[in-house]
Amino acid sequence: MAATTSSFRFKSLEFILGASLTVLICGAVLLSDVLFPGAEKVNLLSRLVPPLTDIQHVFGTDPLGRDVLARVVAGGKISLLVGFTSVFGAVIFGVFIGLVAGYYRGFWDMLLMRFADLQLAMPFILLAITFIAIVGGSLTNTIILLIVSQWVQYARLVRGSVLTLREREFILSAQAIGVPDWRIILQHLLPNLIGPVIVLMTLNVANNILLESSLTFLGLGVDPTIPSWGGMLADGRTYLQTAWWVSVFPGLAILLTVLGLNLLGDWLRDSLDPTGRTTG
Amino acid sequence: MTIKQAKPLLAVEGLSVEFGNSRVVDDLSFVVQPGKTVAIVGESGSGKSVTSLSIMRLADTMGAKFAAGRIVFGDRDLLKASQKEMRTIRGKEIAMIFQEPMTSLNPVFTIGDQICEVLMLHEKMGKAAAMAEARRLLDMVRLPDSEQLLKRYPHQLSGGMRQRVMIAMALACRPMLLIADEPTTALDVTIQAQILTIMRELQKDLGMGMVFITHDMGVVAEMADEVVVMWKGKKVEQGPVSQIFADPQHPYTRTLLAAVPRLGSMTGEEFPKRLPLTVLENDVPTVVGEERVQDTARYNDVPLLSVKDLFVRFDMRKTMLGKVTHRLSAVSKAGFDIYPGETLALVGESGSGKSTIGRTIQQLQTAHLGEISFNGRSYSAMSAADRFRMRQEVQYIFQDPFASLDPRKTVGFSIAEPINTHGLVSGGKAVRRRVDELLERVGLSSAHADRYPHEFSGGQRQRICIARALASDPKLIIADEALSALDVSIQAQIINLFMDLQAERGLAYLFISHDMAVVEKMSHRVAVLYLGQIMEMGSRRQIFETPRHAYTRRLLSAVPVADPSAERNVTLMEGEIPNPVRRVGDEPAILAHEEIDPGHFVAKSA
Repeated sequence: MAATTSSFRFKSLEFILGASLTVLICGAVLLSDVLFPGAEKVNLLSRLVPPLTDIQHVFGTDPLGRDVLARVVAGGKISLLVGFTSVFGAVIFGVFIGLVAGYYRGFWDMLLMRFADLQLAMPFILLAITFIAIVGGSLTNTIILLIVSQWVQYARLVRGSVLTLREREFILSAQAIGVPDWRIILQHLLPNLIGPVIVLMTLNVANNILLESSLTFLGLGVDPTIPSWGGMLADGRTYLQTAWWVSVFPGLAILLTVLGLNLLGDWLRDSLDPTGRTTG
Repeated sequence: MTIKQAKPLLAVEGLSVEFGNSRVVDDLSFVVQPGKTVAIVGESGSGKSVTSLSIMRLADTMGAKFAAGRIVFGDRDLLKASQKEMRTIRGKEIAMIFQEPMTSLNPVFTIGDQICEVLMLHEKMGKAAAMAEARRLLDMVRLPDSEQLLKRYPHQLSGGMRQRVMIAMALACRPMLLIADEPTTALDVTIQAQILTIMRELQKDLGMGMVFITHDMGVVAEMADEVVVMWKGKKVEQGPVSQIFADPQHPYTRTLLAAVPRLGSMTGEEFPKRLPLTVLENDVPTVVGEERVQDTARYNDVPLLSVKDLFVRFDMRKTMLGKVTHRLSAVSKAGFDIYPGETLALVGESGSGKSTIGRTIQQLQTAHLGEISFNGRSYSAMSAADRFRMRQEVQYIFQDPFASLDPRKTVGFSIAEPINTHGLVSGGKAVRRRVDELLERVGLSSAHADRYPHEFSGGQRQRICIARALASDPKLIIADEALSALDVSIQAQIINLFMDLQAERGLAYLFISHDMAVVEKMSHRVAVLYLGQIMEMGSRRQIFETPRHAYTRRLLSAVPVADPSAERNVTLMEGEIPNPVRRVGDEPAILAHEEIDPGHFVAKSA
């Protein structure tokens, strides 16, 4: 049944703010090669220039004389790529497992959830070191590692919601009508539990941007010469007392990305929920 | 009522309560005298609960604004009191009991601790003294074995016992005023009768005033001295209980009373009857609809559904190795037939297994033993494809119209679901047309298809559920307490809708209910269940006019009578329904049945 009224309200402050922030940041990051062609150019003559003193370096320069603004924009490529793909991968994998385990219960549920418990009990760093030691460090492997370590959160969250939802009468009545299981799962369960998943997603994007940098810092992640927000934060740590701008601007970039995504996420969650919305 | 006494206990004067821009209570006035009961009646959304929460000043936290009026209790105006002052009044001078005894008790504290807390807080008692007093209070509400009960947790008690604990807590500080907000709505009739008796007697002993909020006119007739009828936030009528029932003035009161199903109203009738309804049209009560004898049952045909020796058991406790040690026998050797066009009612209290039978027929539950056949074909002999088809032929309507529609899907989607699932109509346009027809058939309009469930009232939602059940063109509809969550006037409309559909389409109903008055109104035959076994089964007349089994009689006598002048002759059932969970090997005795009249079966006592 096609809804004749659009279910999305675009005229909300959340959407306007969230969308403009996200579009701005993603757009700049995608166009970074055009906007700042020589981001990695080292210029030892202009080291640690404070922001707003040189028109060439609005955000200042880092200890190697590289333009901070150019690096922030270029660094977004790795950070956003890792943040988004790892979260989406974990969501797809975790939500599917959670739905199946929660809906069918029984043996597979027990097996999958005990496996999940086992993995939750394992420290992330231990998992990371083991994993990277076996497959080697690269961008793809970092993303796979993040997916492997995070699907459990989604699976547990979704399974918990399914367990309460499947006792609700509207699921029972769908079963009573004879609706096939896959349709109950996709059309009735999924839309009803997507709200908390979206919230967890937006939080995890930020988390993963930082995790990528910790991995890189430990030498387990991406090639450390490629700029990324997390890597820049880590680099600037030693200069925090003397040159705050080296780490503050990449930090600000993470903050604004997360803010934008959170606003968008909240808007999406509310838009997907018909209660509290009146159709005219 | 005599001339106004000098000093009422509570006087509500011109109270208006607003939430945002909407006024939910408008210019309400009434007084409560010491030792008397004022019942506030009205349907959902009439503002009766907001009134009680306003007296307690609990409505503040929900965002209520008191636009006008005074609530005078003793010498002070409660609307002017601070929340700090209110805390000393709440529980001590004004106590309140809520509808849900499940959620009103804290699950992590023992009963004793929770009663003691009130006593220690308000009466400044020591722990030992408070415990002794708590025990006395439990004795007062006639809970057996109070010593042991103090150490138990809420989940170990039944609903009726919990509500008694709530009453004991409410009375702990000997309040002058007790506000009871639908205190028995969630309880079975026999338990309701017990609770009402206890409340009446305690009120006499303690001399307190009572504000009793309910939508059940039968309960009003039993409890109230004075009745306030509310409608859309306004008081439309007030008077002594006998006068309200005998000579209602306001059109709304008249329609409300006309809609109340009365036990015994069908005495002497062979078949159920579709009766005209009194509805308000432009504030004038008008009688609409036809009167028709519902002789739709075709007893000469093959039974549509036949249940034989059905057993359903749930494994409750297992040893570590998975060996079952305790079982709940939900249904034991139940058997009955339903003929085309017939309404068979399954009545019984919670835990009697009536819903389990319905769910087993709908294949939502597997039977332990026994045979169910539809149109002469046994379920066990059917192929998977045939069993899937059964989900088209048999439809289920659940009790709670709020819970049984997916909140994220439009109403049109929900109604189209059975059509699409069984491929009854093909093409989006044709499906949409069918949905529109169904919506119109149940008294809604096709414009409603694009809306979401939360935009509808309870009665409208139940209509939507009925439309969905009709969508697959079934032969049998299982209605599991489908009317229980609805207001009486809506209930009467839905009963007529059920009967009209039966006459039109020759539908058979398995009508699962605990409400004896509704059952009498619409069923052809009745089966009375107790602890999973059929105690008595027969035609409606046999069960209601010549009940033989002691349990049937008790069930009938516990139903509140909507007539304040009626003499109550209650053979109160003391105690609770026994715990149906038993050890394996200690199964309940299966009772044999004897046919005392043609078609009238009674269980022989073991």
